[in-house]
Amino acid sequence: MSTVTSTDVQDLAPVSAESLTELLVSRERPPRPSALSASLTFGWRAILKIKHVPEQLFDVTAFPIMMVLMYTYLFGGALAGSPEEYIQFLLPGILVMSVVMITMYTGVSVNTDIEKGVFDRFRSLPIWRPSTMVGYLLGDALRYTIASVVMLTVGLVLGYRPDGGFAGVVAGIALLVVFSFAFSWIWTMFGLLLRTEKSVMGVSMMVIFPLTFLSNVFVDPRTMPGWLQAFVNNSPVTHLASAVRGLMAGDWPGTEIAWSLGWAALFVLVFGPVTMRLYNRK
Amino acid sequence: MSQHTAGLAIETAGLVKTFGETRAVDGVDLAVPTGTVYGVLGPNGAGKTTTVKMLATLLRPDGGQARIFGHDVVREADEVRGRVSLTGQYASVDEDLTGTENLVLLGRLLGHAKKAARERSAQLLAAFGLTDAAGKQVKHYSGGMRRRIDIAASILSTPDLLFLDEPTTGLDPRSRNQVWDIVRAVVAQGTTVLLTTQYLDEADQLASRIAVIDRGRVIAEGTKGELKASVGAGSVHLRLRDPAQRPEAEQVLRLALDADVQRDPDPVALTARLDAAAGDTAAAQAARALGELSRAGIVVDNFSLGQPSLDEVFLALTGHDTKTDAKTHAKTDPKTDPKSDTETGTGPAGGGGTSAGAGAAGRGEKGEVPV
Repeated sequence: MSTVTSTDVQDLAPVSAESLTELLVSRERPPRPSALSASLTFGWRAILKIKHVPEQLFDVTAFPIMMVLMYTYLFGGALAGSPEEYIQFLLPGILVMSVVMITMYTGVSVNTDIEKGVFDRFRSLPIWRPSTMVGYLLGDALRYTIASVVMLTVGLVLGYRPDGGFAGVVAGIALLVVFSFAFSWIWTMFGLLLRTEKSVMGVSMMVIFPLTFLSNVFVDPRTMPGWLQAFVNNSPVTHLASAVRGLMAGDWPGTEIAWSLGWAALFVLVFGPVTMRLYNRK
Repeated sequence: MSQHTAGLAIETAGLVKTFGETRAVDGVDLAVPTGTVYGVLGPNGAGKTTTVKMLATLLRPDGGQARIFGHDVVREADEVRGRVSLTGQYASVDEDLTGTENLVLLGRLLGHAKKAARERSAQLLAAFGLTDAAGKQVKHYSGGMRRRIDIAASILSTPDLLFLDEPTTGLDPRSRNQVWDIVRAVVAQGTTVLLTTQYLDEADQLASRIAVIDRGRVIAEGTKGELKASVGAGSVHLRLRDPAQRPEAEQVLRLALDADVQRDPDPVALTARLDAAAGDTAAAQAARALGELSRAGIVVDNFSLGQPSLDEVFLALTGHDTKTDAKTHAKTDPKTDPKSDTETGTGPAGGGGTSAGAGAAGRGEKGEVPV
């Protein structure tokens, strides 16, 4: 290791004291960036990271394709007579389920990233404090959009025909991405709260599996026992799946959209401040 | 402390930080004049980094007060952040991004427009000799390059106060010298620098005042001259040709220097600790000793003149050893130790020459002539 270092140093051009002095002469500081500008800059950072490590898109491409194929052909014949018929019901739901599942990677990346030295620098900058976290989530919103487009494409190939047309589909995906952005604040909190990547993964699974499976994604809740219906009918994932399903089918499910956005607001209001409190103390 | 003293960049009074039972910083008082390099010297775990983190608003003090240019680090954290820059002990840049991306990112976060951020980044990369590496991810940089990009990131907007937390730990001698040059250029333009280090000679090279810190407390503070005088002038290390002459050589040295002489584990080696109060410079004392040895017919193969080591400073100031990684570092990793190349003796002690043993090369603070 030390030989590598010394070769590199020999190849390195010397530091130019003169040009350095010129650069240091100006002591003026530009005005501080706005909250939006700082957040977008951190979002750009997230996108640069995707650019340098494109493998991390695996979870928003291969995983969603697998989900669509698996559940369409696994349950299709039994639940709706044929996979082609089932996918009309399933696709919006499985889209919601997969994207909500993907949000949990936010916690893992916050957890591994926050220990790095660069965070000391971010935290010593005079910027809007939550912009670091918002930046993450903006980068993730891009990932959710990619996952949605991938799944929708697979669905169309398999025979999914949304009655809502292009506008309905775009509205459905937009609602899903907004909800996921808000929901991700749970994961930023866990990412900061828990000490290791593994524990973040473990806790995420505990939250995400019951939340996504105990919903109306796969089947109509009417066949479930009453106590389960009570949970399923009030789950944010059920509201979101109904809203997305409605939008893509060309309806305007106002109540379900309101419920979804209400839950989203609640997640941000509760977990946003907790995340920032943890971030400031880290 | 309620009133800001003019001309001070940093003022702290009774600064305390506890982690559980440990008092990592235990009542630190500092007064750092504007426009100077102030050295904070101490072994690992002394509380240097914790102090810097509190001053840079990253940690909230549990007690006491700290002001940066008159602004309280807790109540006016945002004001403080607008005037300081931090280069942490571990590279404070994003390793997944390229050099250019890092600088543009931070430039944007400091409020530079896109174009200005790009220009300033390119200029800084050129000034730091990193133009060729600008498009490479920082994780592929060598240690010296990382330090450079790290410091470049700290001066995207020229800060009024720059914290450098152990900027040369783990660097090879050449990179270390380059970092020193950068620090000198920065301070020459009026930026105040707070430098923490484990190495006495680094503080000696750069700082005008030094605080020695141990177990969370400042145990000595003053100019370099004051500090050295309190510790002693340093020591002379000798390697004889004939081990049989060692007892005689020991006698001669003791008489010539009126100093404490130790037999090293190496059968041909001796170490004499010089006394600062002797009135002579260390070099003059060493010359006298060599003359006496030569007159006595004792052949010296290798000699070096060492500053008081950090270990010796600690021993003198606290009566206990540093007993930390500072020492382990010097012993286990002589290649990356910044001081092992600066031998002034006749034989190559550190570079794999004829007679030098690992014991000599591993002695961290060996071989600098005090200024």
